[in-house]
Amino acid sequence: MKKSIIYRIALLLAMCMVLVPQVRAAEEEAEGAGEAFDAKEVIFEHVLDSYGWELPFSHCRLPLPVIVRNQEGQWSVFSSRRLTNGESYKGYMLAQGGDYNGKVVAFTAEGEAYRPLDFSITKNVMALLIAGVLLCLCFIPMARWYRRHPHGAPRKWFGFMELVFDMLYADLIKPVLGRDARRYAPYLLTVFFFIFFVNILGLVVIFPAGANLTGNISITLVLALCTFLVVNLTGTKHYWKDMFWPEVPMWMKCPVPLMPVIEVFGALTKPVALMIRLFANMLGGHLIVLVLVSLIFIFCSMGAAVLAGTTIIAVFFSLFMNLLDVLISFIQAYVFTILSTIFISLARVHGEPAVAEQPVNEK
Amino acid sequence: MGLFTPEFGLVFWMFLVFVILFVILAKFAWPAIMNSVDARADFIDKGVSYAQEAKSQLEHATENAQTLIAEAQQKQLEILREAAQMKSQIVEEARQAATVEAKKIIDAAHVSIELAKKEAEQQFRQQVSDFALQIAEKLVRRELEDKKKQTELVDKLLSDIENKN
Repeated sequence: MKKSIIYRIALLLAMCMVLVPQVRAAEEEAEGAGEAFDAKEVIFEHVLDSYGWELPFSHCRLPLPVIVRNQEGQWSVFSSRRLTNGESYKGYMLAQGGDYNGKVVAFTAEGEAYRPLDFSITKNVMALLIAGVLLCLCFIPMARWYRRHPHGAPRKWFGFMELVFDMLYADLIKPVLGRDARRYAPYLLTVFFFIFFVNILGLVVIFPAGANLTGNISITLVLALCTFLVVNLTGTKHYWKDMFWPEVPMWMKCPVPLMPVIEVFGALTKPVALMIRLFANMLGGHLIVLVLVSLIFIFCSMGAAVLAGTTIIAVFFSLFMNLLDVLISFIQAYVFTILSTIFISLARVHGEPAVAEQPVNEK
Repeated sequence: MGLFTPEFGLVFWMFLVFVILFVILAKFAWPAIMNSVDARADFIDKGVSYAQEAKSQLEHATENAQTLIAEAQQKQLEILREAAQMKSQIVEEARQAATVEAKKIIDAAHVSIELAKKEAEQQFRQQVSDFALQIAEKLVRRELEDKKKQTELVDKLLSDIENKN
């Protein structure tokens, strides 16, 4: 009983941690600018990538390394602190507005801004590294535990992770992929836990987490590309035959390759759908919470009564949305994995086994 | 807009990190966990099937025991019956043997009685004849010439007496 109260308090504190920094950040933004609150700017600042990482409960930003290569082929590595307040360093500066808003730009001899080759460790890259380390820290000790306890059933944290693991491995990957399960399970499990961890970390807003990683199209692009590569590089010859010479009437494939075009188009749209789905869902979740919190500041000028009402409603709804986002974090990771599994299983067809194997069995 | 355009640097880092993460986890984490989970599932399945087998064997065992007991009882009954039969047979045999023996003894007794009787008869005859002879002698001493006639007459008389008996 006492324990459950402690858990509840911890949960409440965690919720406050999720909400308070968002509010504070918005507040600081408004104070710093010393002018009307610009909701759009605040929201995009939180959703997009940046060259520094705001530290919680302070006004300073954690400087991150900028790694760039200009048109002349010169590499430069420097701290992002050198670019704050519109300063220029080694001919690089942060663009204000325009196509490259907020990005590091360099200038040609004619004074025209262009994007150098940018390998900077940005906030998102840093969050990516943290998520990777966290995943390793979670699953390598778990694997060690399993090696030390053959036939053991884990408890507590490992038990919870095994529950999720088993839900994927025993209830999804094995039934769908059958004998290929062991070959593809490592990829699918990595995808799932990566997306899941990153999604959850994205919801915790303060420093070591809080980057909108899966709501960034670059990340989902790579994930979708990986699935695309796995599906198409390990596809069986039946998969390729079905794509380019399917069992349809001749006129549909011979003079005009109608079916092959449709099939190829389908193969390309699958990863695109994966990419857009994850990106849009996670971005949407973040946007809604941010908009709800911003409402407080938008209505700030309309008097105390309106402000109080809006605050209560906004906090309530953003709390609700954050909880919903926890669910969505899981669901989106699961959906990505399900779809990847299904796409792989569709590429692992072996002719028509029912027809091909029966005569052999009868003999 | 920045929101919908992939950033090359981030794509590069993401690809790198994801591939490294995949390699690390696929080498050090997933196989061990999968092996363990699979092995445990197999172990549990085997345990369950073993328990079921044991249970069915136990059921069979009680059945077997019951049939064995029934058989034993059957055998016991048979043996008892056989024993009773044998007993009566032995008694019968003994009785028969006794009867035979008794008959033999009786027969022997009969024979000996017969013999004794005959002997006695013979003796009796002898004595009678002796008496008769003595009588006859006494008669003969009186009338010697008629001795033979007297003996024959006495013998004949005695035979008549015997036939009457």
